[in-house]
Amino acid sequence: MTKQTSTKALLALTLAGGALWGAAAQADEDAQLVINGEIEIVTKAPLPAHMEEANMDAIYSGWLFRADETQQTQMDDFDNPGMIFVDQGMDQWNAVDGSEGKSCASCHEDVETSMKGVRAEYPKWNDNAEEVRTLVMQINDCRTEQMGAEPYGYTSGKMANMEALISLQSRGMPVDVAIDGPAESMWAQGKELYYTRTGQLDLSCASCHEENYGNMIRADHLSQGQINGFPVYRLKNTKLNTAHARFKGCVRDTRAETFKPGSPEFVALELYVASRGNGLSVEAPSVRN
Amino acid sequence: MRLSTVTLVATLVASGAAFANPVAPADVTFDEGAVGVSLTGAPGDPANGAAIMKDKGQGNCIACHEVTALKDAPFHGEVGPLLDGVGDRYSEAELRGILVNAKMPFEGSVMPAYYKVDGFNRPGNAYTGKAAEGPLDPLLSAAQIEDVIAFLMTLKDE
Repeated sequence: MTKQTSTKALLALTLAGGALWGAAAQADEDAQLVINGEIEIVTKAPLPAHMEEANMDAIYSGWLFRADETQQTQMDDFDNPGMIFVDQGMDQWNAVDGSEGKSCASCHEDVETSMKGVRAEYPKWNDNAEEVRTLVMQINDCRTEQMGAEPYGYTSGKMANMEALISLQSRGMPVDVAIDGPAESMWAQGKELYYTRTGQLDLSCASCHEENYGNMIRADHLSQGQINGFPVYRLKNTKLNTAHARFKGCVRDTRAETFKPGSPEFVALELYVASRGNGLSVEAPSVRN
Repeated sequence: MRLSTVTLVATLVASGAAFANPVAPADVTFDEGAVGVSLTGAPGDPANGAAIMKDKGQGNCIACHEVTALKDAPFHGEVGPLLDGVGDRYSEAELRGILVNAKMPFEGSVMPAYYKVDGFNRPGNAYTGKAAEGPLDPLLSAAQIEDVIAFLMTLKDE
């Protein structure tokens, strides 16, 4: 407990003093993320009002917890390997698929204008369907209901490409997920899951990402687990990774039976975790280790 | 209850059966967060305890704890306290309590329980993400726990 307090104090101190994070000194938390020399990304923001009870001083993008080289890779789209998948997403956007003879572009035309700001508000309540929808659910609803096409696999490469393309159009805009009104009960369910321990290791999301962000766990620098950068290109597996695939991996690593990507539990969790990043910029496609 | 366990163990030790029959996870008795009775009835091996603490496939204790004496293995974590001198700060019984189930002495701890097999939410089949099939094994065996305790007791401030 003493260690916990002193680590938090040290973290606050190093943030204020502009020194390096914790003892590991991997990342420069004063680094400014400006992409292509023009898109300014908010990587530190005040705690959203709903997080007043959390033992945290502010919210931080995962970018701040990464090593210099990894940070730099995200600062120029020519260096960012995630952009290759955005290009593939653009091909998919323009490709006719399904029984209706339509592409995404048939209805939504130019992705740069029609999809601007969309990612910043997802997951989002859908009035007609009377459910909270993730961006993935909305993409697949378009495919099956409008295009007469097969849905993409929830965490598939094609889905990650399309998410990346759509998310890119909101890059630099603040995450602004609504948690009240009809979305509130699902949000509350997601919050419950966030703080519920699972598996034989008996860990919750909060055990690592709220109580221990900034600390090293073996060779990994624990972040706040923010998802404003998803889908994220990971150097570890050299592909785009979706939020639900990461959720699954985290729960698996507690030696638990995971929930399925796209399950109501993970949709609720995505809504809640996204709302913990309200105020950070959309960063997708981000680069992490 | 505790008395009877002690009596039982004493009887088993006397009959030479304790070593072959370690205390089962469900039969471990806590006294104010500590576990006084050895899980095996035999002294642990400190060298093997050190190996267990460094091994990702066994204790992986250094994932969260820094231990100067184990610096031949890289990447010590910062989630839990530094363990240098831990053999002075805690008794063997207290260390056993922490290892068996750290939430008994430290409520709300994030440290996993290394000798506990039930009471978990959505227990999985190791790291497969699938549901557990049948009863869980403890994260470490009784002998491994006693080996780790034996090593930790060597960590004394000069």
